[in-house]
Amino acid sequence: MTTTEIATTAVATVPLEHALILSGILFSLGLLGILVRRNILFVLMSIEVMMNAAAVAFVASGSRWGQADGQVMFILILTLAAAEASVGLALVLQLYRRFQTLDTDAASEMKG
Amino acid sequence: MFDLLFLVFLAPMIGFLLLSFGRDKWSENTAAVIGVGSVGISALVTALCVFQFMTNPPEGGVYTQHLWTWMTVGSFKPELQLRLDGLSLTMISVICGVGFLIHLFASWYMREDKGYGRFFSYMNLFVMSMVFLVLGDNLLFLYLGWEGVGLASYLLIGFWYTDPANGTAARKAFIVTRVGDTFMAIGLFMLFRDLGTLDIQQILAAAPAYYADKPDTITIIALLMLGGAVGKSAQLPLQTWLPDAMAGPTPVSALIHAATMVTAGVYLIARTHTLFELSPFALQMVGLTGAVTLLIAGFTAMVQTDIKRVLAYSTMSQIGYMFLALGAGAWSAAIFHLMTHAFFKALLFLASGAVILGCHHEQNIFHMGGLRKKLPLAFWSFVIGGSALAALPYVTAGFYSKDEILIGAWAGGHQGLFFAALFGAFLTSIYTSRLIFITFFGKYHGHAKVHAGHGLAYNIPLMVLILLSTAIGGFIHPPVEAVLPATHHAEHSVHNNIAMASGAVALLGVAIGYALFFGERRFVTRLGKNPTASLIARFWFSAFGFDWLYDQLFVKPFKFFVHITRNDIFDIAVMSVTIPLTALNGLFSRTQTGQIRWYAASMAGGAVLIIALVVLS
Repeated sequence: MTTTEIATTAVATVPLEHALILSGILFSLGLLGILVRRNILFVLMSIEVMMNAAAVAFVASGSRWGQADGQVMFILILTLAAAEASVGLALVLQLYRRFQTLDTDAASEMKG
Repeated sequence: MFDLLFLVFLAPMIGFLLLSFGRDKWSENTAAVIGVGSVGISALVTALCVFQFMTNPPEGGVYTQHLWTWMTVGSFKPELQLRLDGLSLTMISVICGVGFLIHLFASWYMREDKGYGRFFSYMNLFVMSMVFLVLGDNLLFLYLGWEGVGLASYLLIGFWYTDPANGTAARKAFIVTRVGDTFMAIGLFMLFRDLGTLDIQQILAAAPAYYADKPDTITIIALLMLGGAVGKSAQLPLQTWLPDAMAGPTPVSALIHAATMVTAGVYLIARTHTLFELSPFALQMVGLTGAVTLLIAGFTAMVQTDIKRVLAYSTMSQIGYMFLALGAGAWSAAIFHLMTHAFFKALLFLASGAVILGCHHEQNIFHMGGLRKKLPLAFWSFVIGGSALAALPYVTAGFYSKDEILIGAWAGGHQGLFFAALFGAFLTSIYTSRLIFITFFGKYHGHAKVHAGHGLAYNIPLMVLILLSTAIGGFIHPPVEAVLPATHHAEHSVHNNIAMASGAVALLGVAIGYALFFGERRFVTRLGKNPTASLIARFWFSAFGFDWLYDQLFVKPFKFFVHITRNDIFDIAVMSVTIPLTALNGLFSRTQTGQIRWYAASMAGGAVLIIALVVLS
């Protein structure tokens, strides 16, 4: 068996629809987390979850059509997540230093 | 050498850009080096061009340098092309030569002024635009320079902007000249409509055939061009801005409001002379405008008390001479007088600047007096510049040019103009001698200690201009024969008689000036007590009441209309557009809460909405 054939059999066991539903659920959970949590750490974690949901969708559809692009995108998202985490953690530090709290609403100073 | 012609405007342009971006970061010395140096480069290139023009003239007496095409719209292709012929060579020599001397003087005059760099950036802008005006081979480029010098004039009149009076004077100059500019623009539109081009040489070549059977159209066009010239050159009826323009620093008055910009109208008419020759009526109007302005300004100058205003009215009257010469068909005499006038009037203005600074910004001549010993160089500048202005026979530059105008007027059969010019010469020498006798002789009436200027930047410009104002300047003949139509020639005996007459008139004027204004001035003081005489003097002092008249005719009705139409229906219609916009703005600005979760939620909601629209449609 060649590698492509192995991949095809693996997908045959997990249908694309299931993978997409999983990804949708994860994405909605992440979004919900962003909307309802006030602790900035949880907000960051929710963003992480949302990104991984997108990554799952990419990987699943990549293997469904036997294309490497899905996995390329997954690596890209990993890098992005690392960069996002570093910026996000810097923000957490600054927020805590300025306001002595991790509550995001404390920093809502802009009024229209 | 001619290849370098573009440098004549490029150098001041670079100077302007450097100074206006550097603003006040540069020291006074750096700013002076850039400001004066850039015009120095222009003067050097001009001198090289003059040298080559004299020794090795280009084919046909014309050199054109094509730089680029500005734009292409259908058949309308204005070319950026510089044209160097006898006329524009004379003009750039005056602009860059006299301009350089004035810049040099200004580097002394403006010392310790807060806006030193700003001053030179405006001055360079002016030189650049003026060079554009005279070198442009296209009426569109002439107009670009025309507006550029108007802008520089506005900026420099209002240079000391902290005094609102200076701002008012600047706006007045800008608006009044704009009236003339509008006439000129309409004239250009008509020319373009008829001939389909704005290239000066093509227009001059095509106009005689095209307008042969349309005398009315060409008269209207020529009169519109005259309107532009009249506004820029401060001639009747758009002359009221020039005396107020004296609010600017004195070197500005010397450069812009005496030597160069105000003569742009003369240049315009000389450049488009064919149009005026096609319409005898318009040419007659040119002469008439000049003659009337010459006399009115002469009378007004006789009673002014401000040293710069006397010179301003005398500038007006001397430009009246040039218009008169143009109207009489003495084209080259007009350009000759333009050149000598630039020499001696720049000298007079610079010397008056020396006097004003020496007396601590005093401008009233009755508060001066007896400055002969205290400011020797300024005194001799005034004596020699004043003699040239009064055209004292044989020794001054002004005599030769004024004489040519008189001969041209007589030989062309314009006797009315001739006698107006002769009488104007008489008035000129009276008010010039009055100015010198009151300022430099008698007792000093001021309180502050007079201090004379020193240094090369003070001495060199005055000395060079003194030399050029004597007969030496009168021997420089502008090489305009190839460009302008020939002047009528008079017999030799007529020549001599006119020279005698004008010389006698000038000397008589000085004698009368001496009798009236030297020493105690008893007769004039007694005359001032006579009610009729003082009424006339007041009328003359207000420049024949033109300011009052225009105030009643234009300014007051305009203000009244503005007042009553302040809340009219159109304003309401226009302003009502803002109401829904303001409401929407209030609505949207309320969405800016500063809470990230609302932003995230609205982004997600928006994304869902868009995807739903795409999927469901």
